[in-house]
Amino acid sequence: MRRYFGRKLLTYTLTLFIAATIDWLIPRFMPGDPVYGLMSRMGNNSSPEAAKALSDYYYNLFGLNQPIWQQYLNFWGGLLHGDLGRSVFEHGQPVTDAIMAAVPYTLALLIPAILLSWWAGNSFGALAARRKWLDNTMLPVGYILTATPYMWLGIVLAFVFGFTLKMFPFANSYGLNLEPSFTWLFFTDLVAHWMLPFLSLFLVMFGGWAIGMRNMIIYELDADYSRYLEALGAPQRLVRKYAFRNAMLPQITGLALQLGVIVAGSLVTEIVFSYQGVGLLLFNAIKSEDYFLLQGIFLFVIVGVLAANFLVDIAYVIVDPRTRVGMRGGTA
Amino acid sequence: MSSVIASEPKAEQAPQSPGAAAAVPTPKPRGEFLYFALRSRKFLIASTILLILVGIAVLGPIIDSTNPNAQDGLMNQGPSLKAGYWMGSTSFGEDVFSQFANGLRATFFVGLLGGGLAALVGMAIGFTAGYRGGWIDEILNMVTNVFLVIPTLALLIVIASYLQRSWPEARGILFEAIFVGLTSWPWAARAIRAQTFTLRSRDFIDLAKLSGRRGWKIILQEIAPNMSSYLFMTFILLFGGAILIAASLDFIGLGPTNGMSLGLMMYNSLNYGAALFLGLWWWFIPPGIGIMATVGALYVMNVGLDEIFNPKLREI
Amino acid sequence: MSLQVSDLKVYYRTLAGDVKALDGATFSIADKEIMGLAGESGCGKSTLGNSLIRLDGRMRYVGGSVNLDGNELPVWDNQGMNEFRFRDVSVIPQYAMSAMNPTRKIGTMTAELLESRGEKYREIKPELLRRIDLVGLDRDVLGRYPIELSGGMKQRMVMVISTLLDPSLLIADEITSALDVSTQRAVAETLVSFRDHGFVKSMIVITHDVSILYQTADTILIMYAGKLAEKAPTKTIIEGAMHPYTKMLISSLPEVGVRYANKKLSGIPGSPPSLLRPPVGCRFRARCPLAFDKCVEEPPFVKVARDHMAACWKVTGSDA
Repeated sequence: MRRYFGRKLLTYTLTLFIAATIDWLIPRFMPGDPVYGLMSRMGNNSSPEAAKALSDYYYNLFGLNQPIWQQYLNFWGGLLHGDLGRSVFEHGQPVTDAIMAAVPYTLALLIPAILLSWWAGNSFGALAARRKWLDNTMLPVGYILTATPYMWLGIVLAFVFGFTLKMFPFANSYGLNLEPSFTWLFFTDLVAHWMLPFLSLFLVMFGGWAIGMRNMIIYELDADYSRYLEALGAPQRLVRKYAFRNAMLPQITGLALQLGVIVAGSLVTEIVFSYQGVGLLLFNAIKSEDYFLLQGIFLFVIVGVLAANFLVDIAYVIVDPRTRVGMRGGTA
Repeated sequence: MSSVIASEPKAEQAPQSPGAAAAVPTPKPRGEFLYFALRSRKFLIASTILLILVGIAVLGPIIDSTNPNAQDGLMNQGPSLKAGYWMGSTSFGEDVFSQFANGLRATFFVGLLGGGLAALVGMAIGFTAGYRGGWIDEILNMVTNVFLVIPTLALLIVIASYLQRSWPEARGILFEAIFVGLTSWPWAARAIRAQTFTLRSRDFIDLAKLSGRRGWKIILQEIAPNMSSYLFMTFILLFGGAILIAASLDFIGLGPTNGMSLGLMMYNSLNYGAALFLGLWWWFIPPGIGIMATVGALYVMNVGLDEIFNPKLREI
Repeated sequence: MSLQVSDLKVYYRTLAGDVKALDGATFSIADKEIMGLAGESGCGKSTLGNSLIRLDGRMRYVGGSVNLDGNELPVWDNQGMNEFRFRDVSVIPQYAMSAMNPTRKIGTMTAELLESRGEKYREIKPELLRRIDLVGLDRDVLGRYPIELSGGMKQRMVMVISTLLDPSLLIADEITSALDVSTQRAVAETLVSFRDHGFVKSMIVITHDVSILYQTADTILIMYAGKLAEKAPTKTIIEGAMHPYTKMLISSLPEVGVRYANKKLSGIPGSPPSLLRPPVGCRFRARCPLAFDKCVEEPPFVKVARDHMAACWKVTGSDA
């Protein structure tokens, strides 16, 4: 167990370190001067002295006038204190605060979408492997869904259920005429706004899981242990039960591998629906060239994905006895 | 794309089905491929769809040479043959068909180049790690795992948003394809490494080693040809993946500034054209269908090829 | 007569047509008999073994019958065979190392398998433990996962599970090929002891390695290219084989007890014919040094001496 988690933790630490370093490197080694870029964007309606003062201020802020190793150390110092700088777009608010305000919305979309699609997709995939007609209809649907760009499915759902049928609102996280509060009215409004972005995430993921499960089950049904059970006359019920359980394991690993893609999917989906999660914040940061915010979100997404990966690792150890056995120092 | 990982072909497994293997004379490989390919419904449907899409991408801009970015036509025209916009026009008066055909071109370009580049990097790392083993494998494996966890799109967003200010010339489709390719190789490297591992201990590799051939020659002459079908299928999946990533990037507004792409069409329709609120469906529906059809056909083709190459999956 | 197989034909479906992997096998096995089944790889011996318990997806039953202890086995009917599997016919598969579900404790898996066949695990468990002792495993293997066992331990465990319901016929398919020499000997001895303890009535030991049969088998059946070539008591096969193929096979062997790799036997020039379109007449004709014009007719598999069957015109005489 220690070896397994030790390795995982080493990978994650290294990933975080490399990602943070990339995050630090990009603005410094891109061609062009980031401060100049910032200044030119603000327009030149101030006097040369004021411009000089402003540019000095930014050089200081970025720490660009210090030796490079000092800059790097400062960066880590700030990072470890949770200081990701201040956001221009959010009127000088600390980047951490801006992100934290958006996170609940993103999680409210992601967590139910991931868990429900994983559950439903696996159940459906297992069912499809058993019934020919379901397999023949589900397989093409699954492939179409998994090949659909997240944002486009979002646009289509917004157009059909929002614009045309007027069943659900398709912009913002809650009605602009409401104030966030613990009232039934606000809650139902929140759910109505949540529905379409959730659905588009759910559907695309569902297709992927269902196909994955179907393929895994077929593979497991051909495995030696399945053939042995059949040779000893075990009923299909038992053979399928074993195959299903074992096919679940790669699906858990698959979840970890897919997290990056899923998070990317939620980012673009939020943009479609102007859903005020991290994705929309990122979009605004890009549009307003708010680099502190942009880099902060990047780091935040990495940390989130790493944490989720770690959760999946723990779940895997609970479900797959082989990992535990290896950890006990068995003959693995 | 989870299906992608899960459906990685389990090809080239050592044990054949008992008994029959030795006695069955296998037809010539090429003949066999054609025989199964022409009987695989999945393969045939997918390649037909792909051919049609390639046709539109190649011929479309030639037949209809309207500049996709020319804002000089009628605005907000629905699809009709009369007005001369058979796929409609945007709220800036651009021709949707011209945008679609040019965008499809860009999509295939990004897929081919990005997917190809990712396949090359994946092969270089996967072969080296799987063939050499030892500490080289440990290090490459660690690097692969690190890049497997970093969300590709997030990384690309940061890079692209800096580029758009400091080096605008790099915001072309060529650079986009290169960046996508350089960030989407990790799972391919891992899969190829695993395959190489199983091949490494086979007799014919030992024989090649004994005859004193160089490592990279053995990889190129013995290992790669033995898993060529697997490599081709990996490329197909990378092809589809690159298209999806590039589309997301375009949709965020970080795509090429000087051309047209399907993702950019969606971006423009939503952010500048308010197409969703005006109901200009002919503007945002086609690009999504283009991507979906291309990537879906690639995925289905992959499954079809899997059944063609892997006798265990064939239905007789 | 424990097992009586007559004119059993099982083909492999391929694109190019049927591969006649088992083309008319007629033989019988007596109670208490351990029959070795040997031949080059691809001669149809595994097909024969499989067809007695479970045809895999690409095998097609073409004809013939199998009778076990007076009951006709419905070998063509996958569902119908279920009743006989495990209780009457059982198998120790080629892939014994990976035959147990990797994510289930061995005891749990065994219990679930038995319950699914309508047996009471609790009633059988004392016997199970006794047999685990007998093959020299710790009783706590039941609480372990397969991955915790070594290859040899897994093999022994599968042997115990497969024979738990005291089947009449046990098919042991290439079970020694993955083992080292000393473990091979132990496995062979265990097989014999299973018969002696009455866990199984009769046994077919399939192998490409004739030497393993010296210490195990009472009789040996030699197959060539989908056909039976010769069957006789072990001693007779080794010392007084009559079929030219058997003779060459035995003489090409290295010393008794030395393991023979799974390769084409280099001692016999040429290679077996394609079973897709096998030649008419004796299938060994092209490689046979004794072949003569009569061999274009198919030789019948007939009794040539007491307990000795062979299919060769040179042996039976051309006017037989």
